[in-house]
Amino acid sequence: MINIFQNYGADLLLGLGNTLLCSVIALFFSLIIGSMFAIFETTPIKALRIIARIYIEVFRNIPLLVITMFFYVVIPLMVAKIDGFTAGTIGLTIYTSAFIAETVRSGINSVESGQMEGARANGMTFWQAMRYIILPQAFRYVIPPLGNQFINLVKNSSVLAFVAGFDLMYQGNVIASNSLQTINTYMAVGVLYLVITMPLSYYMRHLEKKLA
Amino acid sequence: MSMIEFHDVQKYYGDYHALRNINLTIDAGETVVLIGPSGSGKSTLIRTINGLERIEEGQLIVNGQDLANKKTDMNRIRKNVGMVFQHFNLYANKTILENIMLAPRIVLKKDEAANKKLAMDLLDRVGLADQASKMPAQLSGGQQQRIAIARSLAMEPKALLFDEPTSALDPEMIDDVLNVMKDIARDSSMTMLVVTHEMGFAREVANRVIFMADGQILEDDSKETFFDGQPSNERARQFLGKIITHS
Repeated sequence: MINIFQNYGADLLLGLGNTLLCSVIALFFSLIIGSMFAIFETTPIKALRIIARIYIEVFRNIPLLVITMFFYVVIPLMVAKIDGFTAGTIGLTIYTSAFIAETVRSGINSVESGQMEGARANGMTFWQAMRYIILPQAFRYVIPPLGNQFINLVKNSSVLAFVAGFDLMYQGNVIASNSLQTINTYMAVGVLYLVITMPLSYYMRHLEKKLA
Repeated sequence: MSMIEFHDVQKYYGDYHALRNINLTIDAGETVVLIGPSGSGKSTLIRTINGLERIEEGQLIVNGQDLANKKTDMNRIRKNVGMVFQHFNLYANKTILENIMLAPRIVLKKDEAANKKLAMDLLDRVGLADQASKMPAQLSGGQQQRIAIARSLAMEPKALLFDEPTSALDPEMIDDVLNVMKDIARDSSMTMLVVTHEMGFAREVANRVIFMADGQILEDDSKETFFDGQPSNERARQFLGKIITHS
């Protein structure tokens, strides 16, 4: 395994960098999009609830690979040419945001209903109550399940390998076929995934303890 | 001048007829106590006044605006009508001081210094100035309810609704809350509608007592008629007999 790092270190580092970049971008946007749909699901406005329901049900129940392939193959045909990295990151964002929406919604629902009533009776709009009272409490509840989603997101970013996204998994495939050291290569790739996910996992556990 | 007017108001939960033909006028500055057995619709009635429950039929005019009209801005009504709940509903993620200052800041866009001064004055008025930096969970129920009253007053409302404000409290906490409410009731400019079974409070500061059962108003008397004379309605007489022997 050491010789894989020695001979292909630069290639692996590029893959690691792309995996990290894709994960950070997808995490950022899926947190925003997911929270937005979670709020839509809990609004009194029926149209928004329906839109959110459809989005979540569709993208939660289609394999990530299918969503990614759609962006890699169909969008370039009909709209604009996009590279594998972009297609993969968009696919991952859309897929993950559906799960985050469900997670955040359950957090919003676990905030006592009196909190919203108190805020509305106090003169706040629905959105003000969400922003100042409900969401800050909801996020405390959902930190453990969100941590799981983040770790899944990092691992799921390996979907980029299917669309030439130059991520860690893609680089691993290339190195394995060039070096013919299949076992060693994938062990090295596994170790590098752990380098991202283990600290994330520990940080989440720390955060959980701090807020509990 | 009337602050709250119900005209033939009906409210349904599915097939259940929760409010039947409600006709009621409450003048500005009045203190009205609403009593009745559980399930009589008294909580539903006061929750319609700030739009927490919508009415299906009739007219409900609060501070000059018709709540039955879908175009009426509920947030504008709620700026003028505060509410105190049975379970306090203080913001669990905010300090006591922030609980009081938040809505005036973001809803009324009140100047920060004036906001803080009013908040501290109100904390003083409810006897809890030393608790400003604590979190709601660190306070007793009676203290939380007094903060909830201060939070409502900080919006400088024209009317205050109280939905069983002392029912969730330990007996020794009740007087502290009632004293704050009496203090507000004696301020003649505040309109108060109070759902409670605290007859001592009603005797001392109420102008009128309303008795509800099965979603209807069965009795609407001046305090004197209600306590010293006899309610004309049989069920109201029975109910009054029961709560007075228990208190």
